[in-house]
Amino acid sequence: MKWLKWIGIGVLAVLVGLQFIPTRTNQSTTVPPTDFVKTYNVPEDVKSILAVSCYNCHSNNTNYPWYSRVQPVGWYLENHINKGKEDLNFSEFGDYSARMQQNKLKSMISQVEDGEMPLPSYTFIHREARLSENSKKRLVDYLKTLNE
Amino acid sequence: MKKTMIMLVLALVSWGANAQHDHSKMGHSTEGHSKMANKSMEQSNVDVERSKSASAIIDNYLALKDALVADNSKKAASSGKMIFDAFEEFDISSQPKSQQKELGEIIEVAREHAEHITENNGNIEHQREHFEMLSTDVKDLIIITGSDRNLYQIFCPMYNNNEGGSWLSASSEIKNPLFGSKMLKCGSVQQNITVK
Repeated sequence: MKWLKWIGIGVLAVLVGLQFIPTRTNQSTTVPPTDFVKTYNVPEDVKSILAVSCYNCHSNNTNYPWYSRVQPVGWYLENHINKGKEDLNFSEFGDYSARMQQNKLKSMISQVEDGEMPLPSYTFIHREARLSENSKKRLVDYLKTLNE
Repeated sequence: MKKTMIMLVLALVSWGANAQHDHSKMGHSTEGHSKMANKSMEQSNVDVERSKSASAIIDNYLALKDALVADNSKKAASSGKMIFDAFEEFDISSQPKSQQKELGEIIEVAREHAEHITENNGNIEHQREHFEMLSTDVKDLIIITGSDRNLYQIFCPMYNNNEGGSWLSASSEIKNPLFGSKMLKCGSVQQNITVK
């Protein structure tokens, strides 16, 4: 059973080593002028719904959980956030063409209405990101006012 | 979840039943549906230039539409890939300078829809959502580029919880890609897109 011990030590060494590889974090201290909340002058209550339920994966500012510092969990999150931002980035919403903005609004409305967003796999861990019926309705009704 | 599904099915069935004997009246109904009424009552014409520049896009769009009519998610996904490629290969620079920005924006959005349709093999309702949005982009595109054939824009007022949805077809015969076999006949021609 000696080899098993060495494999264990090897895996452990790799895991420890991983922690020293620097990671890029998705955080910024300012809200850019292109941000969704500035593009539309979003009311405060909707802003806070977006911040809690959407912005962690769909903006340039993620509020990381402590375990994001542990690799390879952090990389997994990084990858997830990059994919989220590729589909919709609230921080750069103002840079989208008018057509793209309307397209994104339409998708947001239908995804939130159908309960596809925020991702159930995400809200399973992040209970605070779940949308109550009230906030869901508030968010969808507001988005509909922007979608021509 | 189950409950919602049952309610959805019930709702669909009742719309279907409603559609059977109330079809001709659709759109004339009560105030609350004014948006829908406007959309379904308009019947207009638009003339476009004769051109082959968007032929590949139109071909693949119609193939995608037929796959959705046939409830074939897998084929819709592969058509999605084909139309994505057609957008990639579309030569914007051969179009008038004044239209290039608009075309670029249309294609950027349309490509995203095509991508989603390809990635959602097995989730036909999601493919249909993107197809419906894609239809608007394809129409806006051919208004600019012209078309090699006459097309019809067809509108079904029942799609998306009675918000309505439209698509393009080369024939005025109604075969609904947004509902497929569930409601194959929902729709009426809203606009004739005629090649000059």
